[in-house]
Amino acid sequence: MLNNTGHLLIFLVMVLSLTIIYKSYLELKISSQKISNSIYQLSLFQSTFAISSFLVLIVAFINSDFSLINVYENSHSAKPLFYKIAGAWGNHEGSLLLWINILVIFSYFFLIFNFNHLKKFRLLTLIIQNLLILGFVIFLLKNSNPFSALEPVPSEGLGLNPILQDPALAIHPPLLYLGFVGCSIYFSAAMASMLANYRGKSFALSIKSWVLISWCFQTLGIIVGSIWAYYELGWGGFWFWDPVENASLLPWFAITALMHSVMVLEKRDNLYSWVIILCLLTFILSVTGTFLVRSGILNSVHTFASDPARGIYILIFLSLMILSSLLIFFKFYKKENYSFNFKSKETFILINNWFMTFFLVTVFIGTLYPIFLDVLTDVKISVGPPFYNIVIIPLVIPLLLLMVFGPQFNWINSNKFFSTKLIILILGAVGVNLFIFFIFGSYSFLTNLIFISSIFLIFYSLIELKKVLQKKIKYNLPRIISHLGFGMMVLFIGINHQYSLEDDFNLKVGEEKKFSHYEIFFDDIKLKEEKNYKAVIGNFRVKNIKNDTTQLLNPEIRIYANPETLTYEAAIKTRISSDLYLTMSNISRSDFYNIKFQNKPFMIWIWISALTIVLGGFLQLLNRRNEN
Amino acid sequence: MLSSKVKNRIIFLTTVALITLVAIFFIIQSLDKNILYFSSPTEIKQSEDVVTGKKMRIGGMVKKNSIKISENNIQFIVTDFNNEIIVNFSGTVPNLFAEEKGVVAEGKLKDKSFFEADRILAKHDENYMPPEIKKIMNNSNAK
Repeated sequence: MLNNTGHLLIFLVMVLSLTIIYKSYLELKISSQKISNSIYQLSLFQSTFAISSFLVLIVAFINSDFSLINVYENSHSAKPLFYKIAGAWGNHEGSLLLWINILVIFSYFFLIFNFNHLKKFRLLTLIIQNLLILGFVIFLLKNSNPFSALEPVPSEGLGLNPILQDPALAIHPPLLYLGFVGCSIYFSAAMASMLANYRGKSFALSIKSWVLISWCFQTLGIIVGSIWAYYELGWGGFWFWDPVENASLLPWFAITALMHSVMVLEKRDNLYSWVIILCLLTFILSVTGTFLVRSGILNSVHTFASDPARGIYILIFLSLMILSSLLIFFKFYKKENYSFNFKSKETFILINNWFMTFFLVTVFIGTLYPIFLDVLTDVKISVGPPFYNIVIIPLVIPLLLLMVFGPQFNWINSNKFFSTKLIILILGAVGVNLFIFFIFGSYSFLTNLIFISSIFLIFYSLIELKKVLQKKIKYNLPRIISHLGFGMMVLFIGINHQYSLEDDFNLKVGEEKKFSHYEIFFDDIKLKEEKNYKAVIGNFRVKNIKNDTTQLLNPEIRIYANPETLTYEAAIKTRISSDLYLTMSNISRSDFYNIKFQNKPFMIWIWISALTIVLGGFLQLLNRRNEN
Repeated sequence: MLSSKVKNRIIFLTTVALITLVAIFFIIQSLDKNILYFSSPTEIKQSEDVVTGKKMRIGGMVKKNSIKISENNIQFIVTDFNNEIIVNFSGTVPNLFAEEKGVVAEGKLKDKSFFEADRILAKHDENYMPPEIKKIMNNSNAK
């Protein structure tokens, strides 16, 4: 029953897509200023059907309806309800349905919220967005149908990958999808803007809220994924420069550049072509990331059962997108007049964009070069973290400094430059840096510079924040908060990286180990039975010899039955100044347990500062709403 | 005589071009230094000049009954069913490290049959096999 309902709903979405394209096309020729009501209605119906189809899938997962292959393969009746629901998007087919949902909903919202823009531009956006919808619906129906039926109906499902059964990972896909697929709407709008010759300031106004929304969710999604990696993967790291992580970072650099340069287009009516390129690039990179992650070229937890046909379809779709956007871009390209004064805000935003482009190119080369080399020459290589660290970290220093200087400048032209206040701030930052140096001990010249520049940015942002709060003007608040968050993030990652303590050793039950100023006692192990897994829980006492405190840590080894998997759950004691992190694993046929112990300073502050960056984005969204 | 506007533009464009070139040169340079090559035990046995002390990756299956654990390290044998290599590692092994499962180790070669690993790579699927290993296995099966 459910499979028919689901099919019907998706089919309706597709038919409505075609109708909307046809209707909008006819409407283009009518000279009235308003878009007819029928298009609004069709679009509303389309969203309703898309959302219903997704709800049907969720219901199937809740009811453990194993007559659907998708439910059978990814769920189990003994799974907690929360993970049954999350299972709906924790697989390739379901997540594709979520993808289509976001395409459709954004299409509808863009239509209703941009009523004061040119009719031709809005209709063309709608047409292009529906072409995208059509492409993905066909992909879904042909190759990755979440509603495929299974005959005979099995009595039990195979279960969801246990490492996906986690709250952070349950909300990670919807967040990231809102971010990545949300980019589609200004991809369509950018194409429409060129076709309808609706350029400049008004185009910027039509897309800027959408850019902001998708930026916020993308950033949030990446942070949640990273938090998950921190406590679930059991290595205590949170960013590994893994190709899969890089795939999510590529569109992020593009969208961050776009978010800044769209302001130049709005305020100064400049950089139109560059903004268009970034709009197109952001969504193209999002789809490229999806292609890399889903096709099985990169292997990770995101590669559900990989299927070459899938990769090929996305690749064809991607090539069509790139080709058509290039065609339209060059066909409708108009020469622009750039008149930039060096001492102006727009120059600094442009410099920000150069930095973002540089980071983008670096990560792009590092991620794709091994793949190309493999395809072309059969040589297998991998590019490790040192590459990214060497290329990216030094450039963070000028970026941090520019984040202080840039925002001080006015649009068009401004005269102020170094003031005594800034010099005092730099001296203050150097002072704090020396203080950190004194407390923790030595580090390299480069690290010194990074600490100084990030503390400088933090100081400056705090002073500005105080000013804004006193005068009670909201105007600059979001930017100040995001920049403050970035400065804090760099500083805390730096300190964390520099002063983490780490050791690996093997212990038997009852043994103890001394390491740095810690003593670790492995007291005993317990067995525990849960609804969907069995757990071996270790009892550890970690004694800090310096201040004579003892912490209890209980890492687990979990044995999941469906599917049969072993996972290691880290024990993490989060405190304001540092995290204690301990994982325990067992190696076959041995009394020894493999222990990894870490003390990671200011871990919680990395998350807080990353969330501060996003907070700025959401505040800006609220500002926009008040402005309107 | 060029007008100052044109002159400015030329200066601007040359600067941009120069910066771009330097940036790309810089990226490629560091990329070259930080590439890790992947080899199978057979490739290492057959190669004429084994580079010791350069970071690389090796992969294969963990041989049955080969894991030896002591207080500070783990030793096991990686095999591609034609040749073997002993791997020494002190650190935490990932979730799915087990005998007769695929493994990728990152580290340095001591000599042709001894490898000092500083990282064992984790993959998150019990059926997962690194593509490199799958290929090696297919090759050995074909022989």
